[in-house]
Amino acid sequence: MNATMWVDGREVELSGENNILEVVRKAGVDLPTFCYHSELSVYGACRMCLVEDERGHLLAACATPPEPGLKIRTNSKRLLHHRRLILELILANHNRDCTTCEKCGECRLQELANRLGVTQVRFRQKKQAEPVDVGPALVHDPSKCILCGDCVRMCEEVQGVGVLGFAYRGSRLAVLPAFGKKMSEVECVNCGQCASVCPTGALVVKSDVERVWAALSDPTKKVVAQVAPAVRVSFSEAFGLPPGTVGAGQVVAALKRLGFARVYDTCFTADLTVREECHEFLERLNSGTKLPQFTSCCPAWVKFAEQYYPEYLPHISTCRSPQAMFGAVAKAYLPEELGVKPENLYVVSIMPCTAKKFEAGRRELARAGIPEIDAVLTTQELVRMVRQASLDFTQLEPEAFDLPFGLASGAGVIFGVTGGVAEAVLRTAAWALDGKTPELEFRAVRGLASCKEAVILLGGREIRVAVVHGLAAARRLLETLRAGEGKYDLVEVMACPGGCVGGGGQPLPNDTDHRAARAAGLYSLDRQRELRRADENPLVEKLYREHLGAPGSEEAKRLLHTHYSPRRRISGEEVAVAPGAAAKTKIRVCVGTSCYLKGSYDVLQAFHRAIAASGRAEEFDLGATFCLENCPGGPSVQVNDKVLGQMTPEKAAELVRSLSETKEQV
Amino acid sequence: MIKSVEDLNQAARAFRAALGRIRRRVLVCHGTGCVANGSPKVYEALRRELGARGIEADLEYLLEHEGATAPAQVEKSGCHGFCQMGPLVRIEPEGYLYVHVSPEDAPEIVEKTVLKGELIERLTYTLPGTERHFAREEEIPFYRKQERRTLAACGRIDPEDIREYIAWDGYRGLARALTEFTPEAVCQEVLAAGLRGLGGAGFPTGKKWEAVRKAPGSKKYVVANGDEGDPGAFMDRSIMEGDPHKVIEGMLIAGYAVGADEGYIYVRAEYPLAVERLSRAIAAAEKWGLLGENILGTNFSFRIHINKGAGAFVCGEGTALVSSIEGQRGMPRTRPPRLAERGLFGCPTLLNNVETLANVPFILREGAAAFSRIGSPTSHGTKAFALTGNVANTGLIEVPMGTTLREVIFDIGGGIRGGRNFKAVQIGGPSGACLTGEHLDLPLDFESLKRAGAMMGSGGLVVMDDHTCMVEVARFFMDFTQRESCGKCIPCREGTSRMLEILERIVAGQGTEEDLNLLEELAVTVKETSLCGLGQTAPNPVLSTLRHFRSEYLAHVRDKRCPAGVCRALRRLVINPEKCRGCGRCARVCPAGAISGQLKSPFTIDLKRCLRCGACRESCSFHAIEEVN
Amino acid sequence: MFDDNITSGRRFAAVNEIVEKHGRRPEHLVAILQEVQEVYRYLPEEVLTYVATSLGLSPAKVFGVATFYENFSLEPKGKYVIRVCDGTACHVRGSALIQAAVRERLGLKEGQKTTSDLLFTLETVACLGACALAPVVTINGDVHGQATPEKIVALIDELAKGERKS
Repeated sequence: MNATMWVDGREVELSGENNILEVVRKAGVDLPTFCYHSELSVYGACRMCLVEDERGHLLAACATPPEPGLKIRTNSKRLLHHRRLILELILANHNRDCTTCEKCGECRLQELANRLGVTQVRFRQKKQAEPVDVGPALVHDPSKCILCGDCVRMCEEVQGVGVLGFAYRGSRLAVLPAFGKKMSEVECVNCGQCASVCPTGALVVKSDVERVWAALSDPTKKVVAQVAPAVRVSFSEAFGLPPGTVGAGQVVAALKRLGFARVYDTCFTADLTVREECHEFLERLNSGTKLPQFTSCCPAWVKFAEQYYPEYLPHISTCRSPQAMFGAVAKAYLPEELGVKPENLYVVSIMPCTAKKFEAGRRELARAGIPEIDAVLTTQELVRMVRQASLDFTQLEPEAFDLPFGLASGAGVIFGVTGGVAEAVLRTAAWALDGKTPELEFRAVRGLASCKEAVILLGGREIRVAVVHGLAAARRLLETLRAGEGKYDLVEVMACPGGCVGGGGQPLPNDTDHRAARAAGLYSLDRQRELRRADENPLVEKLYREHLGAPGSEEAKRLLHTHYSPRRRISGEEVAVAPGAAAKTKIRVCVGTSCYLKGSYDVLQAFHRAIAASGRAEEFDLGATFCLENCPGGPSVQVNDKVLGQMTPEKAAELVRSLSETKEQV
Repeated sequence: MIKSVEDLNQAARAFRAALGRIRRRVLVCHGTGCVANGSPKVYEALRRELGARGIEADLEYLLEHEGATAPAQVEKSGCHGFCQMGPLVRIEPEGYLYVHVSPEDAPEIVEKTVLKGELIERLTYTLPGTERHFAREEEIPFYRKQERRTLAACGRIDPEDIREYIAWDGYRGLARALTEFTPEAVCQEVLAAGLRGLGGAGFPTGKKWEAVRKAPGSKKYVVANGDEGDPGAFMDRSIMEGDPHKVIEGMLIAGYAVGADEGYIYVRAEYPLAVERLSRAIAAAEKWGLLGENILGTNFSFRIHINKGAGAFVCGEGTALVSSIEGQRGMPRTRPPRLAERGLFGCPTLLNNVETLANVPFILREGAAAFSRIGSPTSHGTKAFALTGNVANTGLIEVPMGTTLREVIFDIGGGIRGGRNFKAVQIGGPSGACLTGEHLDLPLDFESLKRAGAMMGSGGLVVMDDHTCMVEVARFFMDFTQRESCGKCIPCREGTSRMLEILERIVAGQGTEEDLNLLEELAVTVKETSLCGLGQTAPNPVLSTLRHFRSEYLAHVRDKRCPAGVCRALRRLVINPEKCRGCGRCARVCPAGAISGQLKSPFTIDLKRCLRCGACRESCSFHAIEEVN
Repeated sequence: MFDDNITSGRRFAAVNEIVEKHGRRPEHLVAILQEVQEVYRYLPEEVLTYVATSLGLSPAKVFGVATFYENFSLEPKGKYVIRVCDGTACHVRGSALIQAAVRERLGLKEGQKTTSDLLFTLETVACLGACALAPVVTINGDVHGQATPEKIVALIDELAKGERKS
């Protein structure tokens, strides 16, 4: 028998748990936490999981390793009291508009306050309403933030981006992007993993539900949907079924009941993507250029690469993602098929992903300035619409996807899981190169290890494949490439851990167990298919025959491919100047140390006085600035875009005089 | 270059001899306090005087010419601790201490004392209210009950000259450690001496060392904690400024004992002089071969870096301090793992407070038995305290562990300032507690303080007189801790700011009795559930004042009255006509023009215009302005 | 009128030098920011972004460090930085009165630290460690012990008068 611990008088066997919290949960006590996630580093800050040892010492269960023979209590009166008071303290400093909060009903704070019986808040509300940051994919409301840091650690540790960080300290502590900017102004890749771990409504997926309702009720619009692979294995979780339960039929049925005219399958365009991407890959393989080829399905990864690895942009497959390919073929061919004017076709994507919202708005994916995807709903939002429409999930009769974009191979289905895109491409490449039924399941690229590598023999040569998920893992891989180490031919990157099944728009909880179960669901769907290779899909073949020609054709390039460009991480645009204010003369006095020592403050004072004396203070915008890098020539002053050196108080006064005179003449 | 123990002994002998051949050494205090009072000008003036007379010693010459003598030398010294009497000048070998010296005194000092050995009585310390003069530093009541061991060289040597430290038996402890002890034996010696963490916790230092020594890992660090953030404490500062080599020697011995080859000294940014002195000391030690590779010819190598803090009290907490050195926000993390297992850059790390490390050279030089000869049964050795507040003699003191509060406040401190009454003493800064008159005979050692519900803390002793409102004091400390809370854990972040909110309500006259209960409830939760020491001790000032001065809290909430007359919102000031001599000083200082009257007859305060700032009360020499309720 | 015109595109020469001196090591961030502030007298956003990029850190992280420590300022400070110590010893000897007096003399509003003419900045500091001289005020680093509201206001008047003359 293994060593044991005692939890509330019951003996619990230890079997390699990392901390007391895991032991306690194994013992059937769901100790409350805000800041503990097994995927993230231990933070130990919420203090909700404190337990009491025999000496009466309080231990944070999440941060304390189990010890054989340790006897702890988890629910003494004292512990309950502390937990309640801590909750009361959070609530007192929390925006309590709970009934109208997006997170209502799914909020951890709400749940725990209710569960632990916090019935009063004896402190006055302190949190001031702060502006809510509404981005393309995410909404950040600091007034609902409880500062558990889950999003901070997720963004930094798992995604390697670090958009959100702790700023200030003590009671001013805040979770913010750099300089308090909006998330859309910084390097956020919109992956939504922050929202996946946020216990409250501080970070939520931006809802496009209302726009879709509006389109559905617009009689001139024909609203069609595409449903991404990962949605079908998570949708039913929200209605109490275990994760991974396949519910594609229910999704189609629900969408039809909501009023969608047609419901198509993104797996179909995933097959199309495989054809194009495989064609591109084989070309590169033959010419030996732009290798490794990176996959391009994941919009968070694409933005990440544009920001941090511009030198690798030529390596990324030029294929649009399956969502964007669907938009292209839908807008190109469906109006005729459905007998609707192009402008009246409204395309909605149902995605596990928040970054798809951002992707849909990318300029290079629009045609004549009009986006080809009109709205993107995450799985969560679809669930919300079903609830809003009061549909009874149990009574949804499964329905099939509509044709022609409703048939898909198993290869298209596994696009929703890490390793799936690479495997799909390999299946088709193997067929193309070796001309025989290949080994269908490339097990080496499956699973939840953060980086998977495989060497596969195709067409007599070794193909080196790497599969990473989680952008921190992607960063590690790219850094090895940058350092000249590691040689690959094909690299698949998905931003979210587990791939799209773990997307930021998936139902909560969205933890490792749920992701693994959803992945298993997709693989089981793949196994059930007759068609396992994308190139076996007859309807994709038909699309080529009737419209696109062949993979890599001009028409295919026009409709199905795109390009990328380097992107600044932080938008450095000056704040827009109010109309009329443009006439102001901007004067900036350098107050760097060198200029300071040479008397720049005297110059500043001189400007101050001269401007006041000129009687035209409204025409000047006087301020101090940091080093103008003209130290030997200081004190320096910037007037509009010119830097003037060797400034003296006298020259300053004269300058103001001459400037106001010039203005007078104008 | 010192390459062996023989070199060191030889150098010490030579320096001692050379210094001994200077007839008189004039040491001008250059601690922060004396510098602020203008001691650099005094130093310059004295040097000019010696220069003009051509009697200034040249140490290099003396070192090279055995038998040569010199009449005098002026040096900068570290802090004597008696800062309020500064600028201080000490004359060796007599040990005279001149106080409040001005540059104008320089000619007379040189003429009489330096050249002739005569005492200038008017420059000596005079016991206030008496005509009693004290010629020698050691005779002054402020020093008489002190046992300056760690601070022994502060004020006696030039902290910027490593040779003086060496002459004072400097680096002898290191020499013994390296040549006569195994690392394990060093840990044992420190354990046997009974040295305990003087940063506040009192954990046995030898035990801590042994844990780091035993921790697996080839790379280890020693970190000296000089982030003396407790407002009202400055012993570490004085040591770093006045005797920086002692800290370096302590770190070297620690490094040898635990198997580290690199160390950091974390100094508050508010201590620029300490940074400067330590930097010079490190450079000198490197130049002399006492830092670097193969120290004293052994295979022990050690380097020291200085890390300047950037202004965060919480960085005094070990894990936060480590984060700060790593270039991150100084947010504490949960333990385990302890720093001894995973500290700086993930390596086993020994973190000791500066004062603790400064005690180490003595132990290795003189032996554990010599160290534990003084002190109390459980707390050996001495402890430095910063004695401040409403006490006659403020300054830095060092006393044997177990000295009573009464001895400290009344014998050393000279009692309460301005003849007022003792009310309380706050010990241990924002983490500490307030003790009252009933604790005056409490011996100052770890256990006694703990039993009294207080703690040693870093050694700040703030004496409070009867004009101090204990609720206001609690509010002050709460304001401090809530501002300095890093904000990481919920109880500390939210709890301290709510406690402050309640205390602010009480001092504003808007508190209720339920507030007192809520305050206590919060205090207990914050204390028991906070992540790090800052939060766990933050409620101490509140809990201790609630315990000892509950009636004062009740007066605030029940009667809307501040018994000490401090809380502005609650005070009503009146002039006692019996005591008022009609000097009009109060009327002149009143910012609201609320005081009027005829000179030489009692003045009155117009309560409608009174801002209750208390400026009049501070200004009145006759204690005529009183509080009414 | 001015012949030494140069354009205002910054190349962050000084920051670059500091960052290079520290070998672009992210663990030196605090020290780097301290040195950068020595040069620029505050930490402008552009400079922080530049530092972040050159150390391979996210700007949010650098912003987090810069806002954590009291000594860093993200706004320009005045010519004279007045720091009133509010350590325990200073507090019990009336530092609050000094603070109020300085605040009033400079006409600083609640939350305002620097006068609008950028002449004076008022800061509170937890403890300067000169407790024996309490209350203590420093003006541009010079320590003034046993301070009173009157003495400090007089010092400010003096400084302001000197400014008007120049």
